[in-house]
Amino acid sequence: MRLSKWQGMTLTAITWLLTLIIFFPIVWTLLTSLKTEREAFNFPPSFIPIPSFQSSDAEVTEEIEEEEGYSIFFNATLANYERAFFDADFAKPLVNTLIITVVSTFIALILGIPAAYGLAYKPDKRSNFTLLWLISTRMLPPAGVIVPLFLLARDLSLLDTTTGMIIIYTGMNVPLVIWMMRSFLLDVPYDILEAGRIDGVSLVQEFRYLVLPLVAPGLFATALLCMIFSWNEFFFAFNITKSQAEPLTVYISSFKTGRGQFIALMSAASTLAVLPVVIAGWIAQRQLVTGLTMGAVK
Amino acid sequence: MIETTSVSPDSGKHKRKRGEQISDTVLRRALIWPALIYMIIVTQVPLLFTLRFSLERWNMNRPDRRGFTGLDNYLDVITDASFWTIIGNTAVLTGAVVLITFVLGLMFALLLNRNFLGRGIVRTMLITPFLIMPTVSAIVWKNVLLDPSFGFLTKLVESVGFPTPDFLGDFPMVSVIVIVVWQWMPFMMLILLAGLQSLSHEQIEASQIDGANPLHILRYIILPHLQRYIEIAVLMETLFILSIFGVIFITTSGGPGIQTTNLSYAIYDEAFSSRDIGDASTMGIYAIIVANIVVTFFVQVLRRGSEEGVTT
Repeated sequence: MRLSKWQGMTLTAITWLLTLIIFFPIVWTLLTSLKTEREAFNFPPSFIPIPSFQSSDAEVTEEIEEEEGYSIFFNATLANYERAFFDADFAKPLVNTLIITVVSTFIALILGIPAAYGLAYKPDKRSNFTLLWLISTRMLPPAGVIVPLFLLARDLSLLDTTTGMIIIYTGMNVPLVIWMMRSFLLDVPYDILEAGRIDGVSLVQEFRYLVLPLVAPGLFATALLCMIFSWNEFFFAFNITKSQAEPLTVYISSFKTGRGQFIALMSAASTLAVLPVVIAGWIAQRQLVTGLTMGAVK
Repeated sequence: MIETTSVSPDSGKHKRKRGEQISDTVLRRALIWPALIYMIIVTQVPLLFTLRFSLERWNMNRPDRRGFTGLDNYLDVITDASFWTIIGNTAVLTGAVVLITFVLGLMFALLLNRNFLGRGIVRTMLITPFLIMPTVSAIVWKNVLLDPSFGFLTKLVESVGFPTPDFLGDFPMVSVIVIVVWQWMPFMMLILLAGLQSLSHEQIEASQIDGANPLHILRYIILPHLQRYIEIAVLMETLFILSIFGVIFITTSGGPGIQTTNLSYAIYDEAFSSRDIGDASTMGIYAIIVANIVVTFFVQVLRRGSEEGVTT
């Protein structure tokens, strides 16, 4: 739409203002994670961190700092990150999340890519139904199957194990892989495959040398999306795991009470927990739409 | 661009070539089976169990009284007044979130569909709430922003001279809606933005020359063009919001009372607090029925796209 220079600048200003409002809780969490617990409760709050080099002396700093009146500046400390990472049982859930996310994504790709291959290049009269059925499994309300999943996991000794979580998350990711990879595979020019077949390449060669190089970006995006979904999932994790296999989502939910009073520590732990996936999402943002709609929108 | 061939089995693009070996075709068609078998086991087996449990009287606290009761649970559940409160809560939460995220998402999509300074950064910033773990968002909103003593928003409202608000205590549903809207607005925005970017600027400029005002352009050009994108975004988001759990569990635990209990939370509560497997499974079946109604619409949207062969 044609706009005058002033209209354009006003719109840009409005866009930025609204964006900053939406983004504010994230900035605020980051700032809080750099404060001492006491500073975190100050109001009006300090907004501008000044880097300082004391880290583990957080307690001492708190002692020294007496009421001095309001300052917009505060001394940034990484002590909360140190405490969140080393003292607050963060490592175990982090490792659990990593294992569950990486392994379930890997298995989902192993199962899903061949299926997408078959559905894209050799569809038959059942393919239509299969694809729609796969969508319906992905859209199934988790609460509808949680009772039997819990009881089955209990009876198969999979309760509170990473294996149990991997089985469930693989099931969550397979339909996503099939739909996304199928949509990327359909974009591969068929002539290339036909030419290859005339030259007598095998199925594996065809995939490895003809298709893979063309769908590699799509494959990468698919893997990232599977990881984002697995990393952030809470409902299954919360009901299937306890102290042994709990992933980060469940660990963070323990700040709901009690520990929640340590908001600076909590903010640091939260930041650490979301960082990998936020960065992955930023990298994959071009393909995010395709993934979120399972390939229905590109 | 919308994937138009998404559900048509043979789009004609990939016709089998004469003389190609049958065994190769068989092999390629067999590629789907490992994934399919896995999905059948992981999703349909639990589903059948839910169905079976829903026909049983079974409270884990009284395992001795377990027995087949037919459709009794189904009647018990729908004749319980609190079930209808829960259905109402689920409808209010889902409806409000979908509506508000649609309006905000469309607004941001329109704002972002032009070139301006820092557009990439703005887009990146706006999608971030969607990438953050929902449990983290919930805990940050609860403890850092809305806490009745120390929350930033609480103090902000207080400092302007209003009485100290207890957001989650006094306005639990509104607070939950605000948090979920914050998380899901980027989803709408991204899909609608993809739709807007496939709309040609010439079309809009031509109508502007014809004297159409911005509202007319929105109503008669942009919205019709976005129809399929809107349908996909709204239906998918509805399905996800219907089964939201984490935010409710962390911020309100379904309370006060059952004011913010939705169907997912009620099933969790029935299964793991009341330990009533029969009733929890029955509610699960109701949840699946509701979700399947929405899925049916979604499938129709996907079908229609492939039948019309639209190439928008």
